[in-house]
Amino acid sequence: MIRELHNKLISGEITSVKLTEEYFARIEEKDKDIFAYLTLTKDLALEQARKVDAKIARGEKIELLEGIPGAIKDNLCISGVRTTAASKILDNYIAPYDATVIERLKEVGAVFLGKTNLDEFAMGSSTENSAYGVTKNPLDLTRVSGGSSGGSAAAIAAGEAVWALGTDTGGSIREPASFCGVVGLKPTYGRVSRHGAIAMASSLDQIGPITKSVEDAAIVLSVIAGQDKLDATSAHSSGKDYTKYLTGEVQGLRVGIVAEYIDGLDEKEKKSILEVIETYKKLGAEIVEIDLPHSKYSLATYYIIQPCEVSSNLARYDGIRYGLNVDDKKNSGVKEDGMSKKLLETYLDSRQYGFGKEVKRRIMLGTYALSSGYYDAYYLKAQKVRTLIKRDFEKAFEKVDLILAPTAPTPAFRIGEKTEDPLKMYLADMFSITANIVGVPAISVPGPEVEVDGKKLPFGFQLMAKWFDEENMLRAAHAYEISK
Amino acid sequence: MLIAEEVKHIAALARVGLEEKEIEKFSHDLSSILDWIAQLDEVDVAGVLPTAHITGMNNISREDRMEDFLNKEKIVELFPEGKNGYDKVKSVL
Repeated sequence: MIRELHNKLISGEITSVKLTEEYFARIEEKDKDIFAYLTLTKDLALEQARKVDAKIARGEKIELLEGIPGAIKDNLCISGVRTTAASKILDNYIAPYDATVIERLKEVGAVFLGKTNLDEFAMGSSTENSAYGVTKNPLDLTRVSGGSSGGSAAAIAAGEAVWALGTDTGGSIREPASFCGVVGLKPTYGRVSRHGAIAMASSLDQIGPITKSVEDAAIVLSVIAGQDKLDATSAHSSGKDYTKYLTGEVQGLRVGIVAEYIDGLDEKEKKSILEVIETYKKLGAEIVEIDLPHSKYSLATYYIIQPCEVSSNLARYDGIRYGLNVDDKKNSGVKEDGMSKKLLETYLDSRQYGFGKEVKRRIMLGTYALSSGYYDAYYLKAQKVRTLIKRDFEKAFEKVDLILAPTAPTPAFRIGEKTEDPLKMYLADMFSITANIVGVPAISVPGPEVEVDGKKLPFGFQLMAKWFDEENMLRAAHAYEISK
Repeated sequence: MLIAEEVKHIAALARVGLEEKEIEKFSHDLSSILDWIAQLDEVDVAGVLPTAHITGMNNISREDRMEDFLNKEKIVELFPEGKNGYDKVKSVL
């Protein structure tokens, strides 16, 4: 889609300003029902678009993404633009700098339409934890868009943006992509700089694209990937054009499947994933059964590591340096030795009124797991299990190039269906979370739809690849896509 | 099962104010999550080293030199309570 629009821009069939205005018109028309966007950046977008049009008018060469309008998840900082992470505690936060990914997108002249909704601080699987309201699924407004990058996925599905950025800590790009019938890519841990992404769980967080097609995802990844001095975990690589690997064939590629992943599905979902496997066979890939004995512990491991890192990362919201500052004038009755009452009450009140219940739940879970006497039993233990899960993958990747799995156990569920029971919600990420635990790249691609209550709903499958082998992953995802 | 006193203690450590009715809810929620996490007890990790950084890469480093941040006034504007360009903190004594 991006390439097509790019060609129209250079041939003069459309202008970037016209294209951008068309997208704002669609947002105006549809977003009151869907609520994909928290903030629109119309002035910024049109200013960016005008620059590109002037460049084209002067006969200068433009980049593929130049002048093409996209959406940015609202936990990524754009200088001068409100950035909330869908939390009341950052309700008034105007980012004073650009995230590295934003800087790179600005350098190639991409256009930003606005900031999209998410679960508060990206904690959730449905955007129902947003402090500002739920993003509905554009394909069925009674259902969730998934999460936490639900706003970005919904924006793509509804045609309210050409491309979008999300973040993925435990499936937050791929699960909403699956629910909304679009493509979502989580790069290898370290492939993309997180500088300027609002930190959640630092050993797991990655930024990646959500798009209509695999080629579009490759185009966006090519711009945002690469080493950055401002993110000590970013990997030594840059300047790769990922579209070069989209050869349209998978001949000889070895694709691993895990029996338990497929057998555990309900009949309709199973049928969908088996069809995908058949397609890959027909395309010439070799299907190999593999064993990942420890991967069933990924979810439990995640729910130790993630809350621990959350409790540490979110300690910075103290009501003093920026963000919400509340004093409810009530005495909480809490005492801390050596701390003045007034200061302690500022912390307690700002965080009580600023954070939503899921965020508080995870901060408390992490605080408990890291508290004196529990560290070895929880965080350290989880890090050791993480090693075992990683070893399973290292062993599997001796035999296969890719691993094929469902993205989520079901298509999009109904709004309100899982909000009462946090554990039920966590299970929506049972297949997607492993890629974050082991740090490998993973992409969700729409597979055969699944019928629920007489209605066909999107259902994605995911491909995981070796560390830093986005090339083969994109190649296989693209081959499937064009075979349909 | 986490009892109310433990929930209050954790909340105080986490600097999160709680309402009375939230204490019971968190006691229930945190207990059921911890029970579920206990499945890791069955994994034998004897002799296994913990993983903190998954790709095992060395840190990207830069020269240890001070650089000026170009947008200082915008940071100052974010202070909930500022005075003469300084962030005002509640009395600490």
